[in-house]
Amino acid sequence: MSETIETTVNGRAVTLRAEDPEMPLLYALRGELGLTGLHFGCGLAQCGACTVQIDGEAVRSCQFPAVQARGRKLVTLEGLGTPERPHPVQTAFIEMQAVQCGYCLPGMIMTSAALLARNPQPTEAQIREELAGVICRCGTQPRVIAAVLRAARG
Amino acid sequence: MDAMLDRRSILKAGGALTVAFAVGLRPRDAAAWTEKPVATDEVAAFLSIDARGGVTVHVGKVDLGTGVRTGFMQIAAEELDVPMARISVVEGDTALTPDQGPTYGSLSIQNGGVQLRAACATARRELIRLAAERLGAEPAALRVEEGMVIGPGGRVGYAELVGGRALALKVDANAPIKPPEARRIVGRAVPRVDIPDKVFGRFRYVYDVRREGMLHGRTVFPPALGATVEAVDEASVQGIPGVVKVVREGSYVGVVAETEWAAIKAARALRVRWSAWAGLPDQARLWEHVRATPVAQVQVTSERGNPAEVIRGAARQLAASYDWPIHSHASMGPSCAVAEFQGDRLTVWTASQATHNLRKQLGLMLGMPIERIRCIYLEGSGCYGRNGHEDAAADAALLARAVGRPVRLQWMRQDEHAWDPKGPPHLVDLRAGLDAQGNVVGWESEAFIPKGAGGNVDLLAAELAGLPRENQIHPGNIIHNLAVPYAFPAVKTTCHRLETTPFRPSWIRTPGRMQNTYANEAFIDECAAAAGADPIAYRLRHLPADETRGREVLERVARLANWQTRPSPQPDRSGEILRGRGVSYCKYELVRTYVAGIAEVEVNRRTGVIRVTRFWCAHDCGQMINPDGVKAQVEGNIVHTLSRTFKEELTFSRSAVTSVDWSTYQVITMPEVPEIVVELIDRPTERPWGAGEPAAAIVPSAVSNAIFDATGVRLRSVPFTPARMRAAIQGA
Ligand code: FES
Ligand code: FES
Repeated sequence: MSETIETTVNGRAVTLRAEDPEMPLLYALRGELGLTGLHFGCGLAQCGACTVQIDGEAVRSCQFPAVQARGRKLVTLEGLGTPERPHPVQTAFIEMQAVQCGYCLPGMIMTSAALLARNPQPTEAQIREELAGVICRCGTQPRVIAAVLRAARG
Repeated sequence: MDAMLDRRSILKAGGALTVAFAVGLRPRDAAAWTEKPVATDEVAAFLSIDARGGVTVHVGKVDLGTGVRTGFMQIAAEELDVPMARISVVEGDTALTPDQGPTYGSLSIQNGGVQLRAACATARRELIRLAAERLGAEPAALRVEEGMVIGPGGRVGYAELVGGRALALKVDANAPIKPPEARRIVGRAVPRVDIPDKVFGRFRYVYDVRREGMLHGRTVFPPALGATVEAVDEASVQGIPGVVKVVREGSYVGVVAETEWAAIKAARALRVRWSAWAGLPDQARLWEHVRATPVAQVQVTSERGNPAEVIRGAARQLAASYDWPIHSHASMGPSCAVAEFQGDRLTVWTASQATHNLRKQLGLMLGMPIERIRCIYLEGSGCYGRNGHEDAAADAALLARAVGRPVRLQWMRQDEHAWDPKGPPHLVDLRAGLDAQGNVVGWESEAFIPKGAGGNVDLLAAELAGLPRENQIHPGNIIHNLAVPYAFPAVKTTCHRLETTPFRPSWIRTPGRMQNTYANEAFIDECAAAAGADPIAYRLRHLPADETRGREVLERVARLANWQTRPSPQPDRSGEILRGRGVSYCKYELVRTYVAGIAEVEVNRRTGVIRVTRFWCAHDCGQMINPDGVKAQVEGNIVHTLSRTFKEELTFSRSAVTSVDWSTYQVITMPEVPEIVVELIDRPTERPWGAGEPAAAIVPSAVSNAIFDATGVRLRSVPFTPARMRAAIQGA
């Protein structure tokens, strides 16, 4: 049975529709809200392409039931920062040109931003560990590491 | 209806009534483009200048996430002297862009960019000529600044000269291009134009196309590769709200629904009775299977002297076999397309690397004249060869035709891993003879690889549905680089082109050239070790005397890595962690980009775990349009190929692929990525060559050689897993 969910996405109060209790948040965000800054990569919580932040934590929206988003604070890549007010991690990714196709970016950026909020001065090893479950097929990892380090150093 | 769809016109072409139309995501595409030329010898095929002086570049080569779009803009901005900001790019749109061939083979800049440069140079010369007439000045007295032609007596802008009108002239391949010292944009690390939108989540990928009335589709794949449909129980999905239709054509089965989630649920729930099928070889005996496969053609790719006889009479003989497993493209984003019929016309939004070819394939499959099909490229997740995007386009077209509404179709993760065309198994046997000084005097190699070359990989849906297709296999140009770049006195390199291969083959980044270079460069390392020679010195002494650019990349990478001259293996192999370094060299296809690399590894003797700690690379692809773009490609090649070398291997039962997600088909993870140091050699006066593939060619052999240097043990079967390393050390 379809149900409606009141929640906050990128600072805006929105109503989402879950077609059933299992429907992953990913389809509500991409489909209904048109938030295409998160991507479908595996649907298995294995790659990170669908990552959003929920109450400040990096969460894989492909395995997170939409119904559990009720009353939470969701942030997607679109809401993390804007060209006018970029998040430091986004600025660093642009400065380091740490993008090839960009499909992995929701995982790389949202996970790194959550890490820096928790631990503003991570070591390179901590960054690598944090991003160990975020897959990138283009081989952009060396630049991603450099970008997150740069964001941390401010 | 979308306003952009209403601009269509009917024009007569060659006596036949052809319908052309402009459909696009952006208003820019809505202009009346119906008579735009797309022939590669027409300047107007590549370029248009609008009434405000904006330049649109039309390219048949597409940006697969590589940044080449920015490179094209640099080329146009440079040759035309217009600011980058005034240039926009249309890529891979069969109605608007010239057919420059598929985006593969590291040819986008080398061929596509050079064609574009010639078109721009031709246009510039013409614009200056027109300006000279207008201003009553000699062309030589004029200069161009920001799209404005300036002379002693006045100035006139491109917009005023041709704005809005087509540049009706033929491309002159000899039109003068800017000399290196006059270049201001080409050769610079200009930031990529797509990155900000990607970083802010605003970039529009193929996955993001939305059309009025669009439905969502999923393909229901057979449980076994060759299984056919016996019955479909449509009632099994009736209870799912939003299901629109179950589509069946032959053994192609798909579902269409109002929402994506409903389509996914229906594809999972649909009950289909399939025939049994178990026609795959036993994976444990894959190489026996390959050796036993009938040979369609024997191709000798290089021959000098009589190596068989020379090797027999040589002071020392060596022989080894190297094998490379079956790989999936394993793209991050499962393949996706949107198809829409309007009357008897079809538009497909696709991330295909070859939209012009896809259009022909769709025409064949659907029985439609290609003039009624338009394929529009939009970026997908990184594509390293012919993956599933074309297949998804065919699926979407079948579903859209069945429901009469636009359909967005995406594969699921397991579909992508199981059903994308595969990089075929690649096996090479090598023999060499050394003289008393350790020099190679004879070299023979035999590769066992499927027949075919580049071309159109058949659309899976056509195969399943029993619709027309070419019915040929096309694994890519996989014979290159079996011939060696060294001046051995007697050589013969032979490719046994096999009639079949277990999975529908296609090319994955550096197809064949990487596998052949892996075998050659590891085997020459075996020769160097047998000769007691330093691996770099050994290569240098076998390079042709006039190969100065080859020498240079080897010498540079040696300096970069602070290479210690000595033979392999390193002498102290008593500890638990063994360290070593290995080198590799490649002259791409023996005619272009030069690359040399050094891998540094640590091997844990007990666990067999191999860690690549650093990788150095020296790279010469001639003139560079955007050095940072080249560097990113080199880094990407190295990381991607390390993943393939250490982790990736398709697994399968007798019926189906069993490595169907990221836990069963593992890839490199962030902690495993080494430090990478790249040295780029810029040659602004040379022609530009490709950078999207060559660096991949050297990675597996550099690693195999480093492992040998560390341990004294040679790994010849990819992937280099801990189990294989342990077994090799224990067996040594
Ligand atoms: S799509 Fe969610 S982790 Fe892969
Ligand atoms: S940039 Fe393509 S997957 Fe990471």
